[in-house]
Amino acid sequence: MWQALYEELRDRAFVVIAVALDKSADDARPWIEKAAPTYPVLIDTQHVLADLYNVVNVPTALWIDERGRIVRPNDVVFGTDTFKHITNLESARPLAALRAWVRGETAGYAPPDARALQTLPTALDQQARAEFGLAEWLARHGRHAAAERHFVRAGELAPHDFTIRRGSMPIRGLDPMGPPFRTMLQEWVGGGRPYYRPLPDTRG
Amino acid sequence: MGVAPMFTLIESGRESRVEARVEGGHVQLTAEALRDALGWELHDGTLCNDAMCVPLPAGSRLGEHGVFDLADVAAVLDRPLAIDGDEGAAFLGVSAAERAQALGSLFAPDFTLPDLTGRAHTLSSYRGKKVFLVAWASW
Repeated sequence: MWQALYEELRDRAFVVIAVALDKSADDARPWIEKAAPTYPVLIDTQHVLADLYNVVNVPTALWIDERGRIVRPNDVVFGTDTFKHITNLESARPLAALRAWVRGETAGYAPPDARALQTLPTALDQQARAEFGLAEWLARHGRHAAAERHFVRAGELAPHDFTIRRGSMPIRGLDPMGPPFRTMLQEWVGGGRPYYRPLPDTRG
Repeated sequence: MGVAPMFTLIESGRESRVEARVEGGHVQLTAEALRDALGWELHDGTLCNDAMCVPLPAGSRLGEHGVFDLADVAAVLDRPLAIDGDEGAAFLGVSAAERAQALGSLFAPDFTLPDLTGRAHTLSSYRGKKVFLVAWASW
């Protein structure tokens, strides 16, 4: 999805690092093999990235500068407009901003602005991640009934965390594109809550 | 109620198996199990590991009679804990305060994860480049 962008900008000391929050490498493999990326695509079955960066849905993208500083916190960025009719988010604006930053035409956010745009995890978010971590371990060890209890509990603790609620569906034998997801989504957005939470300048 | 000699404690991707007494949803560890599994030891009312010490709150009964209730340990450390007593497993997470402090510093939290071939990649090894870090999934 990001290969063309990477090829366009790779000579400017730039790299894309994509992290798949999937239950197994095999779940992510068809997508990766089809895209044939030359940038790193990593597999994160235990949601290490979600825990470290408070990622609650995909896609979530951040800019990290040459010194390892976050200069643009969690945002919703799509590589194409394939899902625009659903997401109501255009890919052009955030990708243009990314290009300008990589070319050195613009800076990222200054620290106070970057901090102001961050959503930091709450105790409930972290309790949910502990329940998810236990559930993932139980499922990996074949204890599916117990895993289900903890996946459900995790989703109750952090109902806005779709890396838990939707991301657990393949592990639980539920179709993450099918009725279980659509029911969950309708209930969520029907209550006036956003499924995607882009930064203000991406939303436009 | 009883001793589950293979109780599994999971923390930061590591697993330890320790002896524990599981009773009414409570998991009770010995001092040795606490040290071996999680690296914490109690000295003079202070819980310490290699990196830091945390004083027990006033009136805490942690470690009384050599018993360490896992939920009390997690509470002292301000860390989330998920327990399944029937399955003999618990997951000790990282506190919201620690995560919020790290993110608020704006130093990108480091991680090492494998690619499809199993080769490990570490974020900080890309220092000197601008990084577009994107989380995605097949779902």
